[in-house]
Amino acid sequence: MKFNHLKRLAATASAATAVSILTALPAFAQEAAAEAPKLDTGDTAWMLTSTALVLMMTVPGLACFYAGMVRKKNVLSVMMKVFATCCLMTIMWMVVGYSLAFTDGGGWNAYVGGFDKLFLAGLGKESMTGTIPESLFMTFQMTFAIITPALIVGSVVDRMKFSTLLVFMAVWVVVVYAPVTHWVWGGGFLADDGVLDFAGGTVVHINAGIAGLVAAIVIGRRKGYGQENMAPSNLTLTVIGAALLWVGWFGFNAGSAVAANESAGMAMAVTQIATAAAALTWMFSEWLVHGKPSVLGIASGAIAGLVAITPASGYVDPKGALIIGLAAGIGCYIFSTGIKRALGYDDSLDVFGVHGVGGIIGALLTGVFAVEAIGGTAGLLEGNFAQVPIQVWGIMATVVLSGLATFVILMVLKVVMGLRVSEAQEQQGLDLALHDESLH
Amino acid sequence: MKLIIAIIKPFKLEEVRSALTDLGLQGMTVTEVKGYGRQKGHTEIYRGAEYAVNFLPKIKIEIVVPSAQVDKALEAIEHAAKTGQIGDGKIFVSPIEHTVRIRTGESDDNAL
Repeated sequence: MKFNHLKRLAATASAATAVSILTALPAFAQEAAAEAPKLDTGDTAWMLTSTALVLMMTVPGLACFYAGMVRKKNVLSVMMKVFATCCLMTIMWMVVGYSLAFTDGGGWNAYVGGFDKLFLAGLGKESMTGTIPESLFMTFQMTFAIITPALIVGSVVDRMKFSTLLVFMAVWVVVVYAPVTHWVWGGGFLADDGVLDFAGGTVVHINAGIAGLVAAIVIGRRKGYGQENMAPSNLTLTVIGAALLWVGWFGFNAGSAVAANESAGMAMAVTQIATAAAALTWMFSEWLVHGKPSVLGIASGAIAGLVAITPASGYVDPKGALIIGLAAGIGCYIFSTGIKRALGYDDSLDVFGVHGVGGIIGALLTGVFAVEAIGGTAGLLEGNFAQVPIQVWGIMATVVLSGLATFVILMVLKVVMGLRVSEAQEQQGLDLALHDESLH
Repeated sequence: MKLIIAIIKPFKLEEVRSALTDLGLQGMTVTEVKGYGRQKGHTEIYRGAEYAVNFLPKIKIEIVVPSAQVDKALEAIEHAAKTGQIGDGKIFVSPIEHTVRIRTGESDDNAL
């Protein structure tokens, strides 16, 4: 009885409070509206630029980087694979990828988004993502969805059917890329678990690296691998591609601040430092082991550094970046040369050796070198022993999904369409065999 | 008339061409070729993958000369193309039956 009375009293009091709050709400609402992020022209200008820079990383950056490394008879086929992937991923992202990555998936939201923004439904001119237009955020993220699958091309050059590649890419971006993006940046479980990945160490590089490794193993070695001369046809092109990747990467890392602010500034600085450190380290490693430094080596080292600093770029300081670069230079060099040859798989352009291994090194070292004052989370060196295991968790989750899903997709396509060109086509070269084109 | 085929080191081409022109021999055909003999190739390394390149770039000169001038031509080529190092090349001589200058229809020695 007494409780009922108390309950009624409480109810009346609550109602009274509610009424007074509700009448005061308009005033609060106005304040709140003023607090809600408005379009910031500085942020928007920078992100417009970043988007263009990241697109440049794929075309012409990656296209040239890869194409220069294959034999002359396959150069055009590599350009075709990368260019076509860019175009196809654009459409897939617009149709379903963006929605799966960046909307609320309801009950499944820990693992994947939903279909609210299918065909970019509801994304209008005025839609915002933070302080930038959502149309811009979507396009920026699109350039990441473009380059990640494009990276996989490097593992299957000289022997994969173009038609099958197109189907593979269309499926992969939906089944693997969008979910992993959601896990880390779209409100999924890895972000909730505290995984640090500023610009895509897991989402882009480990993802593509594992997929590339699986693809290289499933599709098999190139005919003549280990015996035939498969020397690069045009390292000039490769170096130009590497340089375009380097410059474009400022959009990748500093742009992942999604703002024109001090975070972007520091990301740019650490990116440059890690890249140079890794380039020199690979070069010196090669000098030590083979007696001469090489241009392919220094260019590859630069890419390794860029990959490794990617997850760390918003969390570490220059000193940490230096060590990350050094580690990536040595680690990726060893993996792309000695270990790859010892294990015998033909990851032709070292997608796993550079992006997979570099991404793993970077993700782990992010947990070591994260500085609380820079990115809000402390790493091992600042006494936070929990971060490295969290990073390991993020790496493992990505490896498992990417590895398994890529394997399944490829096995299905193997049966349905065939993965590999015929021996005669491989001998002739894909430029002529698949595209009726050749370099003269 | 004789056909002289000379395989020489690429950087010697200008010297050989000059020596033959000095003899009054006007024309020749030059092809970029690859070859090996006692001069061994080299090794190239790309991300740890070693490739033995056995064939070396050479230049092949083909020139048809009147029989009377063969000896002088051979001497000129030999002298101009020689470095004394392995890989200097070889010269081959074979007979030619008939020659025609396409523009004018002249034949044999008049066509050279």
